[in-house]
Amino acid sequence: MQWLTGLRDALAKTRNGLAGHWNALLGRQLVDDDFWDELEETLISADFGVSTTHKIVEQLKLAAQQRNLRAADDVVRVFRSDVADYLAHPNIAPVEPKAKPHVVLVVGVNGSGKTTTIGKLAAQARRDGRSVLLVAGDTFRAAAGEQLAEWAKRSGAEFVRHNPGADPAAVVFDGLAAAKARGTDLVLIDTAGRLQTKHNLMEELKKIRRVIARELEGAPHETLLVLDATTGQNALSQAKLFHEAADVTGIVLTKLDGTAKGGIIVAIMDQADLPVKYVGFGERVDQLKPFDPASYVDALF
Amino acid sequence: MFESLSDRLAAIFTRLRSRGKLSEADVSEVLREVRIALLEADVNLALVKDFIARIRERAVGAEVLESMTPAQAVIAIVRDGLIELLGSQEAPVRFAPSGVSAVMLAGLQGSGKTTQAAKLAALWQGQGRRPLLVACDVHRPAAVEQLIALGAQIEVPVYSEPGNGDAPAIARRALEQARRTGNSVAIFDTAGRLQIDEPMMAELERVKTAVEPIETLLVVDAMTGQEAVKVATTFDQRIGVTGMILTKLDGDARGGAALSIRAVTGKPVKFIGVGEKIGALEPFYPDRLVSRVLGMGDVLTLIEKSQRVFDERQAKKLATKIRDARFTLSDFLEQMRQIKRMGSVQDLLKMIPGMGKLAERPEVDERELARVEAIILSMTPQERDDPRILNASRRRRIAAGSGRTVQDINRLVKQFEASQKMMRSLSKQRGAPRIPLH
Repeated sequence: MQWLTGLRDALAKTRNGLAGHWNALLGRQLVDDDFWDELEETLISADFGVSTTHKIVEQLKLAAQQRNLRAADDVVRVFRSDVADYLAHPNIAPVEPKAKPHVVLVVGVNGSGKTTTIGKLAAQARRDGRSVLLVAGDTFRAAAGEQLAEWAKRSGAEFVRHNPGADPAAVVFDGLAAAKARGTDLVLIDTAGRLQTKHNLMEELKKIRRVIARELEGAPHETLLVLDATTGQNALSQAKLFHEAADVTGIVLTKLDGTAKGGIIVAIMDQADLPVKYVGFGERVDQLKPFDPASYVDALF
Repeated sequence: MFESLSDRLAAIFTRLRSRGKLSEADVSEVLREVRIALLEADVNLALVKDFIARIRERAVGAEVLESMTPAQAVIAIVRDGLIELLGSQEAPVRFAPSGVSAVMLAGLQGSGKTTQAAKLAALWQGQGRRPLLVACDVHRPAAVEQLIALGAQIEVPVYSEPGNGDAPAIARRALEQARRTGNSVAIFDTAGRLQIDEPMMAELERVKTAVEPIETLLVVDAMTGQEAVKVATTFDQRIGVTGMILTKLDGDARGGAALSIRAVTGKPVKFIGVGEKIGALEPFYPDRLVSRVLGMGDVLTLIEKSQRVFDERQAKKLATKIRDARFTLSDFLEQMRQIKRMGSVQDLLKMIPGMGKLAERPEVDERELARVEAIILSMTPQERDDPRILNASRRRRIAAGSGRTVQDINRLVKQFEASQKMMRSLSKQRGAPRIPLH
């Protein structure tokens, strides 16, 4: 098929991505059809997804018409504050630790950064002088326990694990018993990475949750879904199915130090109503921060 | 969440059918759906735009407009175009004619490098090669331990230098050892890194220089979004990628990222990762990924899987039985067990076009199969052959034996009778039931 030749060359010129789109957008003076097209492309390139992008663009068009906005700058300003408002979910703040122990369950697909996130949370809590216990609920992946043990050592947290292949719910049970006995402030529970469509593994997650709830009233106080910022539209499926199985209270958006901006969180807020609570942006322990919509939008565009 | 593209197009064409020929506006409407499908599958926007423009030229031509089945005609053009983008040629891994073939894995954090390294080692060991795994990830805590544990699992030696942070030096010494110990393949697992992390990319370049790999494989998460192209082109520019491994395809990710990377860098997909188990590494077929990207199911994989599991003679016997309506509960049980051998019911359903949604429904439950199995196993052979003899007392006995209720037994018998009836009517129409093929 000759008709596809040359496609690669054509693409080579247009792969400058998000930054290029946004500069082109800001370079425009007037709000015309090209402006709207450029905005749409910018959002899609940032993984906002087709339907959320269309929704945002339609709403902005309406706003521009109603408020009689003609300058591109004005529309962009409205857009920024709208997206920031939108991301400012009422439950955006991490749950205040009132109970003792305060139990945080961490879930997500393989390779999203669960263990690293736990390591950072543990180190930060230790710096604040709180006692921390890490529970190695990933008994499946080779050396997952060792990885968490390393974080426990670095942060000065306590650590509970079983042998590889053990029932994760049993590890969690032991971890909670230990935390109650020792009067630990914070319990961070690591779980094996699992794809959200694996029925049996999601059932396992439900069981872990049931055990936690049974052993400690009101726990887990926080259930964090760890999401890689480079993830595309599949993140929507992750948010929905993990929420169904584990009653997620918030998202940790990791690996924001790359060029990916994780625009999919806007779609998740739109379609699954889950707030982002933390962002991770590097290997250092202080490179995990509570999510701030305004500075996120500034960084995004 | 994702309706399949073929369903959506079929809906449009049904609406248009009464009007006879398609107009250019109709084609635009159709291409809009194609565009959305591709973007929802995470195909790169620039690629989608260009691709759609080219498809439009073709689609406005006579072939589609005069076709009796315009939906199929458009899908065929889209499919062929995408398959061409992915490269219809198979891209096998190359090995050095003599000495050690060095294979280096690289990629972002969490893409699955360590797991794929072990899978490759197991695959090649099974083919009679002598692999050595090399732990060059000196950054992630316990990455070396992970590779050592995986190596022990598959009985493949692992070269590591615990405590040493100099990845290029480790790589060099590992290669020397591979030569000494007569390993034919050395697989280098490297640390995950962002493509914009300058010191880390420089380290990767030094590892590459040290081992001069014959294959440099980029490990790419199938769930990657619009950034995939930028990531892949940067890695390619820095270390000269020869191909990619697409991972986590056992979930519901559509995998459009692979299409974009292939189209932009020209690097072929060499393997796909379809699970966490060591055997879950498969060769790559472009047409199947295209079907997946378009949401058309993976019928071919399903057929291949069933071929692997179903004994052909058995299948023929079954077909005869279905035709003659001699299909019994024993056959039903046998068939169910064969289905179970093919993998989880959810996975199977997802491969059938239009059934993907069903797989998400909670009532399609693995355990349901186990319950049905228990019920049938609690029946006497005579009862299995002819469920009509099941009176109330027999049903109570079966319920007690299988730990189910009499209602469960009734439901199963009813379902079985219904399917028997359906099979009879099907066989009257056109022989044995067939799996619809796209």
